[in-house]
Amino acid sequence: MKYIDEFQDPGLAGRLLDEIRATVTRPWALMEVCGGQTHTIIRHGIDQLLPDEVELIHGPGCPVCVTPLEVIDKALEIASRPGVVFCSFGDMLRVPGTGRDLFQVRGEGGDVRVVYSPLDALRIARQNPDRQVVFFGIGFETTAPPNAMTVYQARRLGVRNFSLLVSHVRVPPAIEAIMRSPDCRVQAFLAAGHVCSVMGTGEYPELAERHRVPIVVTGFEPLDILEGVRRTVRQLERGEHTVENAYPRAVRPGGNPSARAMLDDVFEVTDRAWRGIGVIPDSGWRLSARYRDYDAEHRFAVSGIDTREPAACRSGEVLQGLLKPHQCEAFGTDCTPRNPLGATMVSSEGACAAYYLYRRLELPAPSREGSSVV
Amino acid sequence: MCLAVPGKVLAIEDRDGTRMATVDFGGVVKEVCLEYLPDLRIGEYAIVHVGFALQRLDEESARQTLELFENLGMLQEEFGDPWEQAAAEAHGPEPVGGDTGTAAREVRP
Repeated sequence: MKYIDEFQDPGLAGRLLDEIRATVTRPWALMEVCGGQTHTIIRHGIDQLLPDEVELIHGPGCPVCVTPLEVIDKALEIASRPGVVFCSFGDMLRVPGTGRDLFQVRGEGGDVRVVYSPLDALRIARQNPDRQVVFFGIGFETTAPPNAMTVYQARRLGVRNFSLLVSHVRVPPAIEAIMRSPDCRVQAFLAAGHVCSVMGTGEYPELAERHRVPIVVTGFEPLDILEGVRRTVRQLERGEHTVENAYPRAVRPGGNPSARAMLDDVFEVTDRAWRGIGVIPDSGWRLSARYRDYDAEHRFAVSGIDTREPAACRSGEVLQGLLKPHQCEAFGTDCTPRNPLGATMVSSEGACAAYYLYRRLELPAPSREGSSVV
Repeated sequence: MCLAVPGKVLAIEDRDGTRMATVDFGGVVKEVCLEYLPDLRIGEYAIVHVGFALQRLDEESARQTLELFENLGMLQEEFGDPWEQAAAEAHGPEPVGGDTGTAAREVRP
């Protein structure tokens, strides 16, 4: 049971599982919002350890996956232009646009560079004043503050050859959209811990009340996930719907105030398209008016790109929890990490990639009764 | 990219008016911006995401998480060479063996 051996405290994991088993009396569907949580769940087989009544549905919380194809194509267009240094996090390199990806653009001579931090891109801009340096600014509330700070610093330092291709997204409007879907089966949410490290928990009580849905802020380690499930199931069984913080070591109620202030200064809320899902109102950020000079879309006037989604890719349904990855006909045949049809397969945080890489293919399902496994 | 990793502050300096730290992530040392946690001190731990300290963390929690990430190979994934990883994905064999499984066709329903 190698997956179980990786638990930090197998004894505690066992006790959490026992308590969940003792609490649950009927079927419940929980959505983990964050792709990092999906990764942990599949890697450790947590979905198979839980009682049959508890179903985990994978949410849209993979920043790479939800970046719209149109934005990927704009990135490819900008990265191909002469005189441009295009900087990105490494996990965007193989996300397919219409026909190619950043990895291929680099092979064709484009100056594509991988950075660890957006500040690295700003440093490249200062070192290369005769080049235009563009940073690919994707991600949720966790990644937006670093990118906001970088734009703020660019303006403060008078760096004019730096710009941001922005495709930031926000979690609460996505939860709202999921709950409003007529096909929604989700009865509770494990909220993304690091998003709440920045934003705090203040955005969630209204959502929990309006949709009568428990929301438990949850971390990323196996024990964090089990604790999130335990608290969520306890609320569901009691008919409660409150916001709980099961990740207090990293989440304060008010989040990180200086990061939130910077977000308010540099960005403004806007409608944004999510790949495979469509436009969700108020679900993203764009640069606010006083930082518009740093918007790569304006600087490079990228428009009129012919964007085509692969017809066989059903990642939109996967991202909304309507389809499990292996229920897609292309899964593992026409779509693999080497030849991905969509971002959910190429991103290491994507649900399809997690299923492909970590499904316990060589192992039988762990015994649900045997406390020996934990 | 989504991964936020705990790290220990080794040194702090002002660079071009920006508060920066040298941070140790279980052996990998990186430069980290402290503008969002300006009162973080040398010897303290924080959760770091894409080069920014976002929230203070107690030492025990940080140590446990780092050990887990190291055992799972997640630190290599976060700090390893992204071009090598992309090339391996693009041209290398399909992932086999270990906990990556052997063939998608065998995935349990």
